[in-house]
Amino acid sequence: MLSRVAENLYWMARYIERAEDTARLVSVNSHLLLDLPHQTALGWSTLIDITGGDELFDKRYDRRSEKNVVHFLCVEPDNPGSILSSLAGARENLRTTRDVVSREIWEQINELYLEVRDQAENGLTPRRRDGFLKRVIRGCQALTGVIEGTLSHLSAKTFIELGRHLERADMTTRILDVRSGNLLPKDPEELRPFEHLQWMSVLKSLTGYQMYRQQVRLRVRGPDVLRFLLQNQHFPRAVARSLEALSWELQSLPRHDRALAAAALVRADVLEADMQALARSTDELHAFIDQLQIGFNNLHDAIVTTYFARLEDTPRGLLQGEAISEADDED
Amino acid sequence: MSLIDWQSYRCTDFYDELLAAPGRPRPAARELCDILAGFSPQDLAERKAAAEIAIQTMGITFTVYSEGSMIDRAWPFDIVPRIIPADEWRRTEAGLKQRVEALNLFIDDLYHDQRIIKDKVVPAEVLAQSVNFRPQCRGIDPPHHVWAHICGSDLVRDGDGTLYVLEDNLRVPSGVSYMLENRNVTKRVLPEVFATGRILPVDDYCAQLYDMLASLSPRPHDEPQVVVLTPGIYNSAYYEHAYLAQQMGVELVQGSDLVVDDDDIVYMRTIEGLTRVDVIYRRIDDLFLDPEVFNPDSTLGVAGLMRAWRSGKVALANAPGAGVADDKVVYAFVPKIIKYYLDQEPILPNVPSYLCMFDEDRRYVLEHLDELVVKPANESGGYGMLIGPRATPSQRAEFAERIKADPRNYMAQPTLDLSTAPTLCDGGTEARHVDLRPFILSGTDIQVTTGGLTRVALVKDSLVVNSSQGGGSKDTWIVETDGE
Repeated sequence: MLSRVAENLYWMARYIERAEDTARLVSVNSHLLLDLPHQTALGWSTLIDITGGDELFDKRYDRRSEKNVVHFLCVEPDNPGSILSSLAGARENLRTTRDVVSREIWEQINELYLEVRDQAENGLTPRRRDGFLKRVIRGCQALTGVIEGTLSHLSAKTFIELGRHLERADMTTRILDVRSGNLLPKDPEELRPFEHLQWMSVLKSLTGYQMYRQQVRLRVRGPDVLRFLLQNQHFPRAVARSLEALSWELQSLPRHDRALAAAALVRADVLEADMQALARSTDELHAFIDQLQIGFNNLHDAIVTTYFARLEDTPRGLLQGEAISEADDED
Repeated sequence: MSLIDWQSYRCTDFYDELLAAPGRPRPAARELCDILAGFSPQDLAERKAAAEIAIQTMGITFTVYSEGSMIDRAWPFDIVPRIIPADEWRRTEAGLKQRVEALNLFIDDLYHDQRIIKDKVVPAEVLAQSVNFRPQCRGIDPPHHVWAHICGSDLVRDGDGTLYVLEDNLRVPSGVSYMLENRNVTKRVLPEVFATGRILPVDDYCAQLYDMLASLSPRPHDEPQVVVLTPGIYNSAYYEHAYLAQQMGVELVQGSDLVVDDDDIVYMRTIEGLTRVDVIYRRIDDLFLDPEVFNPDSTLGVAGLMRAWRSGKVALANAPGAGVADDKVVYAFVPKIIKYYLDQEPILPNVPSYLCMFDEDRRYVLEHLDELVVKPANESGGYGMLIGPRATPSQRAEFAERIKADPRNYMAQPTLDLSTAPTLCDGGTEARHVDLRPFILSGTDIQVTTGGLTRVALVKDSLVVNSSQGGGSKDTWIVETDGE
């Protein structure tokens, strides 16, 4: 398979997952805020931090109001991480490679993008927002279903899966990072009445509440939620589970040693972490998540240099090695 | 009661491909005409709708630009096929082979000894002023000495029934995928006619194309790595590039997928690492092929590709520089070229041509602009030409100035009474003008498609058949007639 094609599919899947996770985030935040008293310092602002769009946001908007934040995250064309930009990115990536996937996949992405674009202005009023976000989430899920149901499990699908799992692991840690930055008590008494609610919201951002309750039959508490979302081997949006699935996909590819090693390292970090300790301290958790993000980046870099490398990035030895063997059989 | 009544079909002004006279189908078309006349209006509407659905679901499109954005349009298709009797086609096929063989000898000669110039059969100035002559190709010996591996020649039929060659496309001719898809659509829409078994099949093309390309490989003992090189999705023929790659089972690559290393070998970047490429069916014009040699700003091509080609480590089809014979001025010399290299009389005639570079011809052209079609030497797609009888006096005056300013760049031909074929219109069939583009493959031997792509000017009285300008297409049937 051509590197360019593999790269396009990988990014397509990342964009789709990003759109879905962003929609989940906005949706759950909307619900959460309805339950909190007005003076709560949390609000919409933290969502900007999660997605790392602070600078861009502040340049374009004067206030971190609900309306502005939702607009920025959902449909702002200048925000490369907005739902609309993500879907546009997915569509653009697929457009140049649509011959290698089934027609239904292209149609699904195309329709989803066009639908979201058409609702960009009217779909975000508080009354309509819920429906809008649900359509995005369902649309992305439907796409995953079409991929699962129509695409042979060969290289094209492998690269789609790599993109999806890595983006999912990444988004899960981002959500944990910022939500818990606000949630973990500096003073054990602080925010008590709402802590339970807010950890529930973290779970709900990831549609993990029901699954959590099935596996953890205790009241929703910080360390347990962290353990569930980071280390659980069964929940599809848990970081360890995503990395496990990613590693499994990698094994079907040639020359996978470097990327597989990078995945194993970051997975070990996740599995070996002490959840009790992380739940006790905001700083420690934040540092830990930074460490994971670096691990994800290394994993991404390993995938990029192994499979998508342009000539200038290609290790010289590899090139020359191939050239020599070709020259040999020329005689 | 049928919508199609051949008695009232108006086909007396031009040569009609299917009917000799109103109510009198030509022998090869008799069966088809009978079946069509037996269709009720509802039958006909259903067949037409079936064709539209087939085109949509098969995703047959072409790309047009409109106000800066790209649109995939459904391929415009007429369900009434164009029919050519097999015995006539065999003659035509022989003529096309002869022509392409001579053209390849001509190109090879131009890049080597230029005997034909030294022998003054073709004037030196024709070559000197050719914009498609590539000095970088001098002295190169491509495999089998073939330069134009894939040629698309346009044929038109005049009022007296003579089939003329209108032009030869030797650079990156397109349309063959539509020829193949038209047949697939027609089989779905008119299955009962195919049951007679007299219609010759067309679907060998992709296998023949692959075999021809593979025969060019510099590593003949290995399974060759063949690729199709496309400028990308914004190209109007992208559909065809993807189609051919898919049908041949080879990679569809863009310039950025390929690299040429210091060893002059072309590699493609794959997830397995760099993989050697042996043969490139390139659908990019010469000038964009290699920024090291041609247009330095080209991002479509591959730096070093010409190096690799010159050192024989990769084959390019068509070879760079093949377009030198794809020039409407060179065209006028093709009968002489055939005579010179093959010592044969041309089987297929050229349309009589006036070359504005010659004083006498130019005088004639300028005096008869209202009767002639004037064409620039190196435009394709029907752009930049003057159709004298339909132009306004001021358009003609403007064109006269252009000719005087750059005589080498213009040639003129009498307007032909292009033949027609019945075409489905609101309320029945009407005569519309058609042409024909067969495709000729040259490798170790020469093969011609069975028929070709028939293009039809869907607009009444129009002569323009290009899909970018309101043209459509028809399936083309070569039909055995029991020697009638």
